[in-house]
Order: sequence, then structure tokens, then C-alpha cells
Amino acid sequence: MNNKVYNNRAWLLVLPMLVLVAFSAIIPLMTVVNYSVQDVLGPNASFFTGTEWFRTMLNDSALQAAFGRQILFSLIILAIQIPLGIGIALIMPKQGWQASAVLILITLPLLIPWNVVGSIWQIFTRGDIGLMGWGLRELGINYNITRNAGDAWATIILMDVWHWTPLVAMLCYSGLRSIPEAYYQAARIDRASKWAVFRYIQLPKLTNVLVIAVLLRFMHSFMIYAEPFVLTGGGPGSSTTFLTQSLATMAIGQQDLGPSAAFSIIYFLVILLVSWVFYTTIMHLQKDKNSQGGA
Amino acid sequence: MSLQLQNIDHIVGGEPHISGINLELEPGSFNVLLGRTLAGKTTLMRLMAGLEPPTRGRIKMDGKDVTGMSVRKRNVSMVYQQFINYPSLSVYNNIASPLKLAKASKQEIDKRVRETAAMLGIDHLLDRLPLELSGGQQQRTAMGRALVKDADLILFDEPLVNLDYKLREALRDELRELFKARNCIAVYATTEPNEALALGGNTAVLHEGKLLQYGPTEQIYREPNGILSAEMFSEPPINIVPGHLTDNEITFDQDIHFPCDVALRNLPAGAYRFGVRASHVSLQPNAADDLELEVEVEVAEISGSETFLHVRHSLFPLVLHLLGIHTPKVNQRLKVYFPTHKLFVFDQQGSIVHTPETRGGIQHG
Repeated sequence: MNNKVYNNRAWLLVLPMLVLVAFSAIIPLMTVVNYSVQDVLGPNASFFTGTEWFRTMLNDSALQAAFGRQILFSLIILAIQIPLGIGIALIMPKQGWQASAVLILITLPLLIPWNVVGSIWQIFTRGDIGLMGWGLRELGINYNITRNAGDAWATIILMDVWHWTPLVAMLCYSGLRSIPEAYYQAARIDRASKWAVFRYIQLPKLTNVLVIAVLLRFMHSFMIYAEPFVLTGGGPGSSTTFLTQSLATMAIGQQDLGPSAAFSIIYFLVILLVSWVFYTTIMHLQKDKNSQGGA
Repeated sequence: MSLQLQNIDHIVGGEPHISGINLELEPGSFNVLLGRTLAGKTTLMRLMAGLEPPTRGRIKMDGKDVTGMSVRKRNVSMVYQQFINYPSLSVYNNIASPLKLAKASKQEIDKRVRETAAMLGIDHLLDRLPLELSGGQQQRTAMGRALVKDADLILFDEPLVNLDYKLREALRDELRELFKARNCIAVYATTEPNEALALGGNTAVLHEGKLLQYGPTEQIYREPNGILSAEMFSEPPINIVPGHLTDNEITFDQDIHFPCDVALRNLPAGAYRFGVRASHVSLQPNAADDLELEVEVEVAEISGSETFLHVRHSLFPLVLHLLGIHTPKVNQRLKVYFPTHKLFVFDQQGSIVHTPETRGGIQHG
């Protein structure tokens, strides 16, 4: 008995969304694809290059170095921000006006525009008028982000931690608030230690928000642009030049549209791939744990 | 171990949650806390467990004052309305957790966990995680965690509320069996009078933070000490009819009067409230002196093979608890028969002044 009515008018309902996605994502992306396989010499002069730009880009040592820095940067900030965010969420007040006050205070960095964050830190770290730069100098530490690559790196990481740890903390805080009070009571009755409560109640209940936090922080840190650009301009030398900055220099500064388009696509695929691998691995781990029972 | 609560008051944010409770629970007893939502059952359990100290009053275990002692230093366990288990631990490790924290030996843990699991019928699920289990199995796991250690006091806070009807009956019966062999005090909170009757033991009736009555469950059912206690302990609620007692007659109105029991003749004449159980009012006359009342049907609630029939007399509403399914029409006129010799008599303050004699076994409702 098949008395389903087939009616293609349903497609009309999908159409507005399709148009929106086409203009916001597909068409721009296809333009990039178009550039990546051509050498554009002038408005009417271009010829097909195939995979040449892709090969050039993959073998470019400056880009490889930028890629390495990018990975290192993402790993470092994840290693700091995730545990720190959990820690902050754990010590945040649970109710009353203190909770609201702390929440507002902690979200302030998230509300500041990205290049303003860069400017704030640029001034903050100046040796003559910046509180941190001046303070460190007064303490006898030779701190200079325009000369010393280590100082530049440390400052960018500190800046990112200051800017984005609140996001992780807030996600964890909301996760913690959703654990019913009865769990904590039961743990007290069992005489479980604080560590056991964290390890066996809070952490398992936080798994889902942590997956989201890690994904968001990874993707975002892997695309970081405005803050280090304003703070260090990629220097000293190219020690803090990340992928986005190399790309912007190549595409807008040098007008190398072909290679930078090829590079954009590689960049996009890398982010997609890493996020996908990360997500499926975590989901598989959870499934395995479930099926083994962990006994 | 015995547990004594002496003049317990508990005030939260200026509002009294528990007022003036005195209660003594004997070793090896099974106690039901019966009361509606917000009666103070959970608060009282938290105080018994030591999860928080009472605002005033003393709590003694075996005569030793433990009022301010933290729950960590006491030997109690608790089962909640929600199914509370460690989410990342298997059923085995969940049940083992109190023993591990108590630093028992590996063989000892293994033996006790398997015994407890077998007792609760979840021994084939030991490798699973709590979230892979049904609600009933999750709650059995939580009970396993509570039962595996030899706690002096085990608290059950409406543990079966979130389970389906059949499972609830099965678990309730098992629970009663489990406690026969133990020497700890069990306290079980519920809102349902029928659950209290099924569990037996002793019952403490709570109302708005006050203890109305405490004693063997059946006795409280038969001899409530006041209107509140009687209402709390009957489902459907007991019928209360205001009336007057004169020399040897009871009058509900000028029109309705009937001779009263011999036992009532000693009471001073005046206004009283008369209680009659819903199951004692019926559609057929059971005795020659039953009062025939003309009523209108309001609603018929059918629960399983029983019907709660709500009717209106011109002077007062009545509820009938009938066996079998009855489906009278709304506003239909009926004759119901009101027994004149099975009356509870309450004074104007709501305290009992006369309890009818009951013969034979306990009758639900």
C-alpha cells in the first residue's frame, strides 16, 4: 500500500536557505577554487595551471614554517585554556549576586573586539608606558616583544589565554550547574574525596561541553589573525607569523591570487580534517567506553 | 542502632521547614515518612543523615549526641528519587564504590558486590554503564550502592516515584524482604498512603513540617489521631461531614438525623465533624440502619479495577470507593448508603474523639 503523495513543491521551502548558503559560502568558495587553478595576469588574460599552485604551496618552506607555528600555538593554548577554564569554573560561586558578578567580570574579555585586544596588549607590553612592559623592566627582566621571539610568543599566548579562557570557563560552568545536587550529596554520603567527586562525577558530566570547547578553541586559534597582527605584526622576523597572516600578505599585499587561493583551500581542508578527526575520535572513544563498560 | 530526634526545628531563610519534631526510631525498624509534597520529608531525611545540622534540637544515635557531626563521619546511605550513580563507572564499580572508599580488601569487595547484585537481580549487568540501563535497573544499582555497606541508617527518598507501576510494586516487595534480615534503621519517604500500607513497619505522618502521628502503620490507618492524619492516610480522602451530636442522635441538618452508637453517648453534646471512609459508603444498603442519601454524580475516576465516585449531596460532597468499574453519567441522580455506625468523630479542632471499632483485616482506602 503506497499511497504517498509525491509533490516537488516541497523543494520551494528549501530554496531560500539554498540561495542563502549559495551566496554566503558556495559561490565565494567556488571563486577561490576558480582562482586556484589559473594564473591571472590581467582582466582578460589568464591561463589554466592545473595543480601547479597546490604543489608550489605545499613545498613552500615559509608556509611550512607558519603551519608548524600554527599547530604549536593551538596545542599550547589548548593545553593551558582547557584545564584553566575547568579550574575557574570549579571555583566560581554557585549562586547569589556573587555568581552574577563573577560571570559578568569573567565575560568582559570576550566582549572586546579582536584588534582592540591586540592594541590593548600592545600598549600594555610597551616598556615606556605599558604597565606590564614597564613593570617587568623595573624588575630587571629584559623583556622586549619586538626583539625577543620568546617574549613575543609568551605575550601572544598570555593574550589569547586572557581573551579566550573565559569562554571555556563559561561552558564548563554551565555544564557543572546542570549536575543535580543529589550527586554531590550522594558523594558526601559515600565519603568521596574532592578529587573523586571531580574525577567520577564532574568530569564525566562535563565531557560533552569539553568536546565543544576544544573544537571551538582549536578552530578559532588555528585561524587567529587580528590579535597577533596588531600586537607583533608577525615579528620579530617571522617568529609569530601565523598562517592567516602569510595568506593575507600573499593575497592582498602581493596580489598573488592563484597561489593564495590554492593555499586557502589547503588551509580550509586542514581545519576540516583536524576537526573531523578530533570529533570522530572522541565519539568513538565514548562509544568504546560504553560498550566495554569499563569494568 | 537507635536514632532519636529531640525537639528538632529547622528554619531555612526565615521559613520553618521542620518544627518541633520528636521521634525515636528503634534498631532494625522499617519506618515510613508519609506526607504530601513540602511536608518536610526530604528535609527531615537530610537532618537524619547529617547532610545539614538542624537549627535547634538534638539528634542522638545510640544515645550519643551526633547533632553537628558531618555525614562523612556517620555510617549512613541514601537512595534518591532521581537515579544517582557515578556516570563513568560500571555497575560493578558503582556498587563497589562505598567499599573501596572504606578501604575493604579486594576479595571482600568482590564477594559483597556480587552478593548485593544477585539480591537485586542485576548480577548479569555488572559490566554495563548506568546510562545503558533501564530506569528500574539504574535505581537497583543505586540501591546496591546503598545496601552494600552495612550502614546504620538507610534513607530512601521516594525512590520508586520515577518508575512504572508494575516495577514499583515488584521493587517495593523486594525492598521489604531485604530489610527483614538486617539490623539497620530504614527510613522510607513517600506521598502515597497505599505504599505506606504495603510497606508496613512504622509510619510517621508529617504535615507542614510537623509530626502528626507515629506508630505501627496499620494502627495509624485504623486509629488516626485527627482529621489531618486521617486525610493524609487515605486514598481517596476520607469523607468529612459537619454535624451535631445531641443526647442520642446525630444531626447533619434539620432533615437528616439518626441515632448514634452507644459509645458516643458519653460525649458532650455539640458540633462535631464526622468522618467516614470512602470505601464504607456504597450504592447498596449494607445494614438496616444505613442512611439513604440522594446525590448527584460529579465525576467518576476509574483506576484499574476500582472506581472513585465523587458525588454531591445538597449539604456536603462525598467520595465513594467502589470495586469494579462504574460509569454513571455526570449529574445523574443516585441513591447512596451512608453507614451510621462506622463514623470517626473529630472535635472542632480536628482531634479524634471517637474511633469506630474495626473487625477483620485492613481495608485499603
